[in-house]
Amino acid sequence: MTHPFLALTASDREEMLAAIGVASVDELFRDLPEGVRLGRELELEPALSEQEVFAHVAELAEQNADASRELSFLGAGIYDHYVPAVVDTILQRGELLTAYTPYQPEMSQGVLQAIFEYQTAICELTGMDVSNASGYDGTSVAADACYVAKHATGRSKVVITEATNPQVRQVVKTFAAGFGLEIVEVPHRDGTTDPNELEHAAVDAAAVIFQQPNFFGCLEPAPELVARAAEAGALPVAHVDLLSLGVLEAPGRYGAALALGEGQAAGNFPSFGGPHYGFLAARDEFIRRMPGRIVGETVDAAGERGYVLTLQTREQHIRREKATSNITTNQTLLALGGLVYLTWLGPQGLRELGETCLSLAAYAKQRLEERAGLEPAFATQATFKEFAVRVGRNAREVVAAAREQGVHPGYSLGRDYEGMDDVLLVAVTERRTPAEIDRLADVLAEVAQ
Amino acid sequence: MKLVYEKSQSGRRASALPRYENLPSAPEIPEELRRSEPPRLPEVPEFELVRHFTELSTRNFGVDTGFYPLGSCTMKYNPRINERLVALPGFARLHPLQEEDGAQGALELMWRLQEILAEVTGLDAVSLQPAAGSQGELTGLLLVRAYFAARGESKQRRKVVIPDTAHGTNPASVTMAGYELTPVRTDARGNIDVDDLRGKVDEHTAALMLTNPSTLGLFDENIEEIERIFHGTGALMYYDGANLNAVCGISRPGDMGFDIVHINLHKTFSQPHGGGGPGGGPVAVRDILEPFLPVPAVVRREDGFGLDYDRPQTIGKVRGFTGPFGVFVRSYAYIRMWGPRLREMSEASVLNANYVLARLKEAYDLPFDRLCMHEFVLSARTLKREHGCTALDIAKRLMDYGFHPPTIYFPLIVPEALMVEPTETETKETLDAFCDAMLAIAREAAEEPELLRGAPHHRPVGRLDEVRAAKRPVVKYGFEEHPAPEASPAVAAAEAPKGA
Amino acid sequence: MAAAESYPDDLKYHEEHDWARVEGDEAVVGITWFAADALGELVHFEPPETGATVTKDQSYGEVESVKAVSDLIAPLSGEVLEVNQQVVDAPETVNEDPYGNGWLLRIRLVDAGEVEALLDADAYRQLLADQ
Repeated sequence: MTHPFLALTASDREEMLAAIGVASVDELFRDLPEGVRLGRELELEPALSEQEVFAHVAELAEQNADASRELSFLGAGIYDHYVPAVVDTILQRGELLTAYTPYQPEMSQGVLQAIFEYQTAICELTGMDVSNASGYDGTSVAADACYVAKHATGRSKVVITEATNPQVRQVVKTFAAGFGLEIVEVPHRDGTTDPNELEHAAVDAAAVIFQQPNFFGCLEPAPELVARAAEAGALPVAHVDLLSLGVLEAPGRYGAALALGEGQAAGNFPSFGGPHYGFLAARDEFIRRMPGRIVGETVDAAGERGYVLTLQTREQHIRREKATSNITTNQTLLALGGLVYLTWLGPQGLRELGETCLSLAAYAKQRLEERAGLEPAFATQATFKEFAVRVGRNAREVVAAAREQGVHPGYSLGRDYEGMDDVLLVAVTERRTPAEIDRLADVLAEVAQ
Repeated sequence: MKLVYEKSQSGRRASALPRYENLPSAPEIPEELRRSEPPRLPEVPEFELVRHFTELSTRNFGVDTGFYPLGSCTMKYNPRINERLVALPGFARLHPLQEEDGAQGALELMWRLQEILAEVTGLDAVSLQPAAGSQGELTGLLLVRAYFAARGESKQRRKVVIPDTAHGTNPASVTMAGYELTPVRTDARGNIDVDDLRGKVDEHTAALMLTNPSTLGLFDENIEEIERIFHGTGALMYYDGANLNAVCGISRPGDMGFDIVHINLHKTFSQPHGGGGPGGGPVAVRDILEPFLPVPAVVRREDGFGLDYDRPQTIGKVRGFTGPFGVFVRSYAYIRMWGPRLREMSEASVLNANYVLARLKEAYDLPFDRLCMHEFVLSARTLKREHGCTALDIAKRLMDYGFHPPTIYFPLIVPEALMVEPTETETKETLDAFCDAMLAIAREAAEEPELLRGAPHHRPVGRLDEVRAAKRPVVKYGFEEHPAPEASPAVAAAEAPKGA
Repeated sequence: MAAAESYPDDLKYHEEHDWARVEGDEAVVGITWFAADALGELVHFEPPETGATVTKDQSYGEVESVKAVSDLIAPLSGEVLEVNQQVVDAPETVNEDPYGNGWLLRIRLVDAGEVEALLDADAYRQLLADQ
């Protein structure tokens, strides 16, 4: 029986083999030495029909406690914001879904224009001059920024604040080994970074990476951190949440050299960690050091406006071992989801979303204190949509006990930070209603302390 | 076509957000941290949004639109069941930091995919974490570093050998991993030049990076000798899995002697390419390298599936969480629909490529006259010399016939290269139509070369000026140069009450 | 408009397709018509800084077209006295006039003896014919 993903009939096959001038399909593989052939069937389970594969994989999906089954306050870098139906609709257009990198611009004006619009949106949000077409995620773009900074400054140290997402720090450290960079961390003081300590560490550094809002949800004194990093001759790199940028200042406005982050919250589902997109934007002076694809405007032979991949001499297929990055396949489809989402929100929606998150998080803080007697871990710090609370006992035990009641109360900071075993990081997006927040408070009142 | 920013009118919007009653008002953000000017995101109603992006899609060409023989990219059919599966709430809305007992289905799927990839590559252990092929390469080279560091040989072994046919990602990854590049030549049959190789591999060599079949679409006939040369000096062998589609179930990288493999899930295992991504770049390794794989490892325990962080020799993390999970769902479902019949997939891809090659090799130059694997490389050198028509002109003219062009000007060692990869999913009728078009274009080059040089003639735009784009880069919309257009009277009237 | 192929007799040539016009203890350097034609229309020139030292046979900068990037190899050693700002602003000047307005650097020579090792126009033309 012909497999549904194959097309040739027996007579097709015969005609084709005759045209090639071989007697059998096996003969097509005659260049393979005998010693490297498998010589047996692959030991895989028998082929399933579509109906069977659906049943099997759907059963696996059923075993997961996703946010439709559990009331979730998990964040820590990946957020349960609402994804509107228009995102699904557009991303399922086959012309976009099943195309590849637009090497041939005349075949790819749709995706090229979309990337150009995405670059524009990222530049507007971050206050930067140039954005690439996307990186893998919010961790890898931070490593990319280190590579940019190393070559832009000729220095070989990168400073990263301890209040930056631990996943980001871990990935940066992994790649730093290959880049020949030393990574220095600056501790947090009561939830945010001390500008004096940061400036001290930034001496001789290529870049200083900080997160705003930081991993604890606290607002860093970002303009001050940027000024101190620049003072030391290091490139200030801001790791930001796109959805905070309707209410928080654009990093370009306070002097960051690069702005980057995880794009998931804007238009992508959590999807157990991916695929998502990382965004990376910079000031003009770094345009030739940017990693990855960049789309530029031009005209065709008749003078009509059109879009092409540009400044490709930065990239691996031309500059090879001297390239600004090895990235090829990126996250265009997910970045397109981001563009559709940001278009759906518009500037008004973005601001309202930020304000709603601020209000709900403030309400949650208040309810946890009133109903459950839980104190914020960093009481004096302003926060955005996420905050840390002390739960009086090991937070992982609190998580386990709360989940028994169908509520996932947040992330246990003790998983990454010493001395924070009793601290829970609670994220509140616009999807959490006040009633759901009340429920969280009731459950925590029962299981905490 | 207008940009979405040019369709924007102040006061319009597509979104309505929930308004919760009786909430405390948003706490004041300190002034120096507060947004000073709103971002100029588009302001359009929902229907305009749908129309805009639908129109964009009509100006794009995907596998769903037509034949897309883009060499080295494996543009095969993407089954739609995969899209349905990945959208299931149990996957789409699952948080990556969910406790293990709340993610058993996801972990099991990943574990099963690891087992499958180990069998397909002939290796012992798999990490799904890398986000794409090039990140898999870099991960592989960091594994090489860690391996030699553990043996006390990191100072000694500084060089990575790469053939001149390699993808640019290979040399770029070598530099990013802190290694030095040792290029090696290709011989007259399109294999690695083994004599050149012998003089370049010694106790300073850390690894070989090889794509096999190569980017020429040729299986290296001397792979066993190459294996002896590298392993003889204690160096490792890295397999770039870009071309794995040719050999599934026929020959496994592990059987060829490779120690590390990256697999492009978006190529061989049918993740839709999404206009440039996402991809997936799992790495599979021999047991001696398993201790160095990224954390967390997805493991099966007596009481279920879990994440193991306790790997003291690990290189660390290369991406957030455990990798691009949605890509795993699609590739897992895809492979389960093939099972052991994956071999038929590879056989059909090789048959299709050889058939197209057989039909085209009289009209175009064939630099290496051998049977090919899943793709092949032609050259337009003669057409350029005799008629002034380049590979670029042929590519643009193919568009007028309704086909996506092949990869051009790669690999670099073939002048005027045209790299064709039909994949296994096409009908003979489609292959014949493509061959007919290529043959017609070769005739046109002789008879009417201007037709090629002016192509494409039937696309939404004509040939685009890439020089202009690079010389003075315009990489975002210039709001300042394009003041908001005057609203048409009808629109202005409709908007007036709101503004008042 | 790109210039027609030419290799003036009054210049000295380097095998890596660079030329030098020696004037006393200074020289003006650039790339040959052949190099400019092979690259295609130039879109970017990454020059060294004035005052920097360039070393014979080594890279002192880069030029780029849309599809290619090429190291610039110094035909002679010296100190950079001047960078041609016209090429920085309009790199296509090199394609239009490689030996005139498309010059790249003016340098002060450190070793006039190095000139001896360069090719004359006939020898360079022969080198191209042999390739």
